[in-house]
Amino acid sequence: MAGGKEIKDKIGSVKNTQKITSAMEMVAASKMRRAQDSMAATRPYAEKIRNVIGHIACGQLEYRHPYLEEREVKRVGYIVISTDRGLCGGLNVNLFKSVLKDSAQWQEQGAEVEFALIGSKAAGFFTSFGANVVAQKSGLGDQPSVTDLIGSVKVMLDAYDKGDIDRLFVVYNKFVNTMSQKPTIDQLLPLPKSDDDEITHRWDYIYEPDAQVLLDQLMVRFVESQVYQGVVENLASEQAARMVAMKSATDNAGNLIDDLQLVYNKARQAAITQELGEIVAGAAAV
Amino acid sequence: MAAMTVHLDVVSAEENLFSGRVESLQISGSEGELGIMPGHAPLLTTLKPGMARIVKQHGDEEVIYLSGGMLEVQPGSVTVLADVAVRGGDLDEQAALEAKQRAEEHISNASADVDYAEVAAELARAVAQLRVIQEANKYKK
Repeated sequence: MAGGKEIKDKIGSVKNTQKITSAMEMVAASKMRRAQDSMAATRPYAEKIRNVIGHIACGQLEYRHPYLEEREVKRVGYIVISTDRGLCGGLNVNLFKSVLKDSAQWQEQGAEVEFALIGSKAAGFFTSFGANVVAQKSGLGDQPSVTDLIGSVKVMLDAYDKGDIDRLFVVYNKFVNTMSQKPTIDQLLPLPKSDDDEITHRWDYIYEPDAQVLLDQLMVRFVESQVYQGVVENLASEQAARMVAMKSATDNAGNLIDDLQLVYNKARQAAITQELGEIVAGAAAV
Repeated sequence: MAAMTVHLDVVSAEENLFSGRVESLQISGSEGELGIMPGHAPLLTTLKPGMARIVKQHGDEEVIYLSGGMLEVQPGSVTVLADVAVRGGDLDEQAALEAKQRAEEHISNASADVDYAEVAAELARAVAQLRVIQEANKYKK
């Protein structure tokens, strides 16, 4: 049996680890609250613009925007949103798995796959994996701004304009609640149709000033807002996942300490018993 | 008979400012002032800095400042997607006045390092804010 000193040291080191994980848990909890607020604040905009785009996709417009045309799929683009830091459980791994599964389906149909990556975890994963990465961005911090994302989004939109990709998806973790985050793949381009059934007859908008300018502006804004929403949701998911992961780490450390304490007490008791036995045996010999 | 109403949503990137039924909406489009009543034809337009005056279901009015954005009108619903939007009562008159003054100074001693378009846009925003503040004060009294 290990000596008492070694066990004592081990307990000390587990206690230190426990302190760190419980501090991280609390930090994540407070950051999560903020991330959740900002997510709730941006959600209405993202939803409304999705509605508007849905209406547009249903209408018979005088100007057919390229983003509305379904093309034969030869290449597929993914914007993958991951976290910058680890220690958040299986959050990123689950996300990457679902991306790989989805992209494998496209590859079976003979389509090539391109990635634009946001967050350093995605960058690390997909580059080591040898994927075709066209853009990457990391270090967004706790308050991401839309301007930080425009670069990566633009690369994908340009590729779509030039016909280099025929379909564009955004992948992120949707924040369901604190305990559950769901990897989500949303189609951005061509635009998904609205489920709104009331508008079925032929109609078109009145445009001010000009259909092409307006739609261009609206489409780009739509894609940006969806990606931004993805980033914000992913951030809230990250903090929630980290909080849960750190909570279970803290609990596990507690269990480990209890077990070690038991081993330590046993070792101490054994040492005392042995010493007593030796004394008694010594006295008997005299 | 009760007045006709239409559903209006005003959202900005930061928050949901208004959602509910309205009798009419007056808003500054990029091509001029627009009045939207229930049953308006489908319309899509950009907005310039200005105000949205909303007449709610029972005749109450509210003014909201918009820094720009898009407006979509469908027969059954109207959506304003604003870049930045602030309720009339929440605007800071002092700050708007200062911003206006600053912008005017920049324009009058225009030097090479001032981006004219940007300053002009800033001036337009400040003037629009002041207009909204004046309107909002009218309702308070």
